[in-house]
Amino acid sequence: MLVSAARVGTLPRLTRGHMSKGTLFDKVWDTHTVRTLPSGQTQLFIGLHLIHEVTSPQAFAMLRERKLSVPFPERTVATVDHIVPTESQARPYADGLAEEMMLAIERNCREFGVRLFEPGSGKQGVVHIIAPEQGLTQPGMTVACGDSHTATHGAFGAIAFGIGTSQVRDVLATQTLSMSRLKVRRIQVDGQLKPGVYAKDVILHVLRKLTAKGGVGFAYEFAGSCIDAMSMEERMTICNMAIEGGARCGYVNPDDTTFAYLKGREYAPKAAAWEQAVAWWRSMASDADATFDDVKCFAAGDIEPTVTWGISPDHGIGVQESIPAKDTFASDEWQTIEEAYQYMDLRPGQAIAGVAIDVAFIGSCTNGRISDLREAAKVITAHGGQVSKRVKAFIVPGSEAVKVAAEAEGLDKIFTAHGFEWRNAGCSMCLAMNPDKLQGRQVSASSSNRNFKGRQGSPSGRTLLMSPAMVALAALEGKVCDVREVLAKKAKA
Amino acid sequence: MSRILSVSGRGVPLRGNDIDTDRIIPARFLRCVTFDGLGEHAFADDRKQLTAAGKTHTFDDARFVGGEVLVVGGNFGCGSSREHAPQALQKWGIKAVVGVSFSEIFFGNTVAMGMPCVRLPQADIEAVQAAIEADPRIQVTVDIEHLEVRWNGGKKAGATMPEGARKQFLTGQWDATGELIEGIGQVRITSAKLPYVAGFAG
Ligand code: SF4
Repeated sequence: MLVSAARVGTLPRLTRGHMSKGTLFDKVWDTHTVRTLPSGQTQLFIGLHLIHEVTSPQAFAMLRERKLSVPFPERTVATVDHIVPTESQARPYADGLAEEMMLAIERNCREFGVRLFEPGSGKQGVVHIIAPEQGLTQPGMTVACGDSHTATHGAFGAIAFGIGTSQVRDVLATQTLSMSRLKVRRIQVDGQLKPGVYAKDVILHVLRKLTAKGGVGFAYEFAGSCIDAMSMEERMTICNMAIEGGARCGYVNPDDTTFAYLKGREYAPKAAAWEQAVAWWRSMASDADATFDDVKCFAAGDIEPTVTWGISPDHGIGVQESIPAKDTFASDEWQTIEEAYQYMDLRPGQAIAGVAIDVAFIGSCTNGRISDLREAAKVITAHGGQVSKRVKAFIVPGSEAVKVAAEAEGLDKIFTAHGFEWRNAGCSMCLAMNPDKLQGRQVSASSSNRNFKGRQGSPSGRTLLMSPAMVALAALEGKVCDVREVLAKKAKA
Repeated sequence: MSRILSVSGRGVPLRGNDIDTDRIIPARFLRCVTFDGLGEHAFADDRKQLTAAGKTHTFDDARFVGGEVLVVGGNFGCGSSREHAPQALQKWGIKAVVGVSFSEIFFGNTVAMGMPCVRLPQADIEAVQAAIEADPRIQVTVDIEHLEVRWNGGKKAGATMPEGARKQFLTGQWDATGELIEGIGQVRITSAKLPYVAGFAG
């Protein structure tokens, strides 16, 4: 078995002016390279292509226009998530435009022979939740999807990236893309997280330190003892937000945790093929002597429960900190920081703890998996109270399978007994292309991934990103609070 | 496929860093099955908010309407992969973008659409923006062949662009589909060598 540098306790090596060598990224890139195009770019084979209703209709229209077919239909899987209402899912949808998009993807999948996981199939959900859940996402693959959070699939040791609609057309028509190779930055997180600190806090902390554009041109390899100790669901949360740091993709080397997660899933290899698969997957992990274009190290013990206060996912601070002064940022950020103070109506020096919220949202491809719901339920039970009267709180499972699992464990009962709404699977208020939206200047505590201006459906709505546990507590208290306080109280009792 | 060697037109200065695709085209306008009509919704929420505050967004400013070269700050087009964002800019009339830096997915989308984006250092961006604001009638030229941006008659600055993308514009291969299809025989050979494609049955 290959031992990664982190496990033997040495620091990974830096390349001097060369490209990385011996990394998972390089191995996957090389095995999937069809040829070098005249432009110098690589024609790259895509092992798994995922599509959804928002970024695919124009791609299918382009195929029709150019009379192209889909040569590898079995390598594309479709679902619907962005526009799907999470309350009543009766068809036709009340929103005529949403209904039109549903009809389009149904027709496109039928016509081109693509598998579609529809509502009611038991396999529908947010595209980045269902593919891992079904065992479709596997180590050593290339994964592409017309959605920036495709980076999520990197948790399995896949090279997974978001593409635009014209590129969706290219993958449908050829199962390949024209791409330029990325540099590889290793992000090494060592040590143990403190209680009340979650994977979401780790990635918000990394984003804060490396900034929203620090990763442009890079693939992020997440490694170190803290990442090694994480579950697949935690690793997915981390890789999901690599894109918020500017990195096109993020990944974790596959290990026994990865294989244990995949074993027995519907589309995972079975019987004799399983052993072969594991051997190949292991061989794709970064070598112990792999070299990287850059390395950044973090100590897990330094990470606090983190909350964003501004309008970019790198505007995170520890829950006990105050809104930072402008001059703590690089001068080319000052205009954005001023804009953030104004838009969020927060001023430097003000504590983030105690900021009142109106809406609490738990869900999304960042934090809509079963372990996220369990952590939220733990906090709700430890607190014991009801959702604050001024807050509308709702919990949206990331997939139909997550919903079934949560209900089997009785989590839905805990949520509803404490005043949270329990919904059907979808993207919901992560981007609010469906009926779930902020109104006016409302402030939301959200477990999703983007706090951009207007992201959650109201052009002036405000978003505070945090872990699902912190969202649950904010819902109960009506304001931002430190989740460690309720967890500590529980431990004492 | 047409070669794109340079783009010239009036400039559209848009200040600010980290302008994300949610701002370029808010999600509610993504409820559509074609890209038609997106141009009028470019920056819809930013425009509405500035109008309400008694100010004017660049895209509503009569001095800049009809401009073809957008001049922006850093990390432009970050966030969502939605091609609807560059499509909205293109449908509004933009033919090329000059910026401090671009998000990668946004950049990839613009290549596939034949809308070149080149980079200039911050100081040059500010000089171009100031020149356009001083006289919106000046021509801004994005020269991909010589990798420079020229404005106001004599002024110019060296620009950068990833070499692969530059070649795609210069050779007319920015729409990759045709070229990718030409390689389909090799695609089949590559896929046959990947153990998972055959279900690890080898
Ligand atoms: S949950 Fe949010 S980020 Fe994830 S795919 Fe849906 S809209 Fe995109």
